[in-house]
Amino acid sequence: MKYLPLVLANLGRHKRRTILTITSVALALFLFASLQTVVTTIANAANVGSVRRLVSTSATGIVFPLPISYANRLQAVPGIEAVTYANWFGGRYGDGRKFFGQFAIDPKSYLDMYPEISVQEDQKQAFVQERSAALVGKGLMNAFGWKLGQNVTLQGTIYPGDWTFTIRGTYTPTAASITDDMMFFHHDYLDERTGRQGLVGWYVARIDHPDRAATIAKTIDDQFKNSSYPSKTGTEQAFNASFATMWGNVSLLMGTIGMAVVFAILLVSANAMMMSARERTREVAILKTIGFGDTTLFGVVMLEAAVIAVTGAVIGLGGAKVLYKATHFSGGGFLPGFDVTGTTLALGSAVAIVLMIASGAVPAIRAARLPVISALRQVE
Amino acid sequence: MKIPFIYNARSVIQRPASTAFTAVGIALVVAVFIGMLALANGFRAALARTGSDNNALVLRRGADSELSSGIDRETANLIATSPHVALAADGRPLVSPEVYVLVPLVRVGGDSNAVGNVVIRGISEKAWDVRANIHVDNGHRPASGRSEICVGTKILGRYRNTSIGDRLRFAGRNWDVVCNFSAGGSAFESEIWGENEQFMPVFRGQVFQSVSFRLKDPAAFEEAKRALEGDKRLQVDVHRESTFYVDQSKLLGDILQFLAIVITSIMAIGAVFGAVNTMYAAVAGRTPEIAVLLTLGFHPRSVLASFLVESALIAAIGGIIGCLIALPVNGFVASTTNWSNFSEIAFNFRVTPGLLLAGLIFAVVMGVAGGFFPARRAAKLPVVQALR
Repeated sequence: MKYLPLVLANLGRHKRRTILTITSVALALFLFASLQTVVTTIANAANVGSVRRLVSTSATGIVFPLPISYANRLQAVPGIEAVTYANWFGGRYGDGRKFFGQFAIDPKSYLDMYPEISVQEDQKQAFVQERSAALVGKGLMNAFGWKLGQNVTLQGTIYPGDWTFTIRGTYTPTAASITDDMMFFHHDYLDERTGRQGLVGWYVARIDHPDRAATIAKTIDDQFKNSSYPSKTGTEQAFNASFATMWGNVSLLMGTIGMAVVFAILLVSANAMMMSARERTREVAILKTIGFGDTTLFGVVMLEAAVIAVTGAVIGLGGAKVLYKATHFSGGGFLPGFDVTGTTLALGSAVAIVLMIASGAVPAIRAARLPVISALRQVE
Repeated sequence: MKIPFIYNARSVIQRPASTAFTAVGIALVVAVFIGMLALANGFRAALARTGSDNNALVLRRGADSELSSGIDRETANLIATSPHVALAADGRPLVSPEVYVLVPLVRVGGDSNAVGNVVIRGISEKAWDVRANIHVDNGHRPASGRSEICVGTKILGRYRNTSIGDRLRFAGRNWDVVCNFSAGGSAFESEIWGENEQFMPVFRGQVFQSVSFRLKDPAAFEEAKRALEGDKRLQVDVHRESTFYVDQSKLLGDILQFLAIVITSIMAIGAVFGAVNTMYAAVAGRTPEIAVLLTLGFHPRSVLASFLVESALIAAIGGIIGCLIALPVNGFVASTTNWSNFSEIAFNFRVTPGLLLAGLIFAVVMGVAGGFFPARRAAKLPVVQALR
């Protein structure tokens, strides 16, 4: 460590090159962390969401409804504490360029079911009391510049016509599984407007103990097995996971690209390290002449590589972590809970260490083995 | 007076290790660039081929995909009798009122929770003629009035019980797989077809999702659109089939393209820095050489050009390697969900000559960008000092 000033002086000599190399490393690790996070987010979707909530959807397919009468029958199943339901609306706002989810819900029971959707008490009351009220996520409010109390009109794609809602509340999510760009409104309002009675999209039930999830889910499905509306019930985690698996091969692709990125930048920085070492052959010879040992010189060159790799890693990995946290990035709502995990940071650090060894080893060995006499003869 | 190109070619060979590193770095960027765009391309192409210019697709007014549409029998019949519909040889209209739903099917090689949402399309007998380039590869078309289905080639081997002779269960009934069909690489290949009258009762009751028909005169599409949309008895939107399916690819196509551009831009910056480093080192290492060139009377402009050419040459080598790395992904099948209608679609990566050329140009641009400042330094070299 006492040689650090010498190392820093070496790095400072070619400031431009050092900065370029560090930036390349930082960019590579930033990309690596981002791509890896896409992969982990998709894989982790199964761990996002509560284990105490079950989701019942139609076994026939995602677009098919379930009867409203199931609410009471679910309530009667032993182990179920609370039941609520929701329905996908699928409207477009404005030019429809920004996609966001809208849900028709039973306001009271839904907000009780999801404490993660945190709403100020007065706004909550206002939303629950008004039939045509809407509750909108903070992120969506900002994206469109909406204000509380404003009327917004959506074009229905599934339920035709223009739908006008009054924004009576905003919510902030307190868990990764809830994104901040959703819109909720009254299920009653949907029924009233469409004349559709007695059907809902899916049910959510809270159970008293997560260990009983599988048995309760089976009880529910067996109950409706031979009806005209069979259900498929699983934990909320499994429900989220099924959406995440829809990305198919995309996650594999991201992983592959992440590797390619790392490898490409590895070449770049190894190249830069080797060049700077080659230029300093004469200096190394002089250092040897005045008594520096082989091992010491090996260490000095390695330390130089380490400074570059570590600085790049801190900027790249730290940058990714901070940036996604600060911007609440969720891939347009498709990747809820997008956060650089500890494992990803560890992997990135491992990549940085490999980078350091790969780019530092050759010049370091060369420096250690340098025959002094012949090196001094070299004319610059 | 230009410095001969051979000088650059030889210089590149002089330092094989650092040239190779820089070139391979650029090659990887180009490979990722081509690979990602080939994916976005393949997806778009699959949907672009799905629709035909000669067909019109009718959906309920305001519906943005077949999934969210609904058309009752009466409307379907009114459309079938429209004068804009072409007639088949037997004198009946070339029209196919269709049921379109998604069912969760279990993937091959996963547990029973690994499901994909597959499009089940209920068609009329005429659909085989209305739709573009549908080809039954094996087996026979589903017979009217029976629970028989025909499976698209891209479904085969990816979902359980989808081979001919298998029984596939969905919507509470068993369906016999009686044929496979291909559709020229279009999105139809990721669908399962059966008779609309068979699917109606088990799915959404007496309602179709869309009506497709062959236009009597493809050029008169606007007229047909006006006539149907203006009909007071109907509440429909009429789309030209080809543009409709292209629009369906917009959301995911844009996501993929955006990803491709972001990822490759960040990579490209890294690669350019690599090229900058390499070229600066080359200039520094060849100071006496450059000084000699200048002394011989070569114009500084020529020296600048010469170094730019060298940097571009290294990059071009990288670009060629990159193209070679990316070529094998052509035809590789990827599957993902088309977020416009939540259905799973499988499609081929498409590496086109244009894409390869774009990759090469991209490489050379990176090389020139990386070579500019080092080349300028070489051109501005103070000769007397450098010769010392």
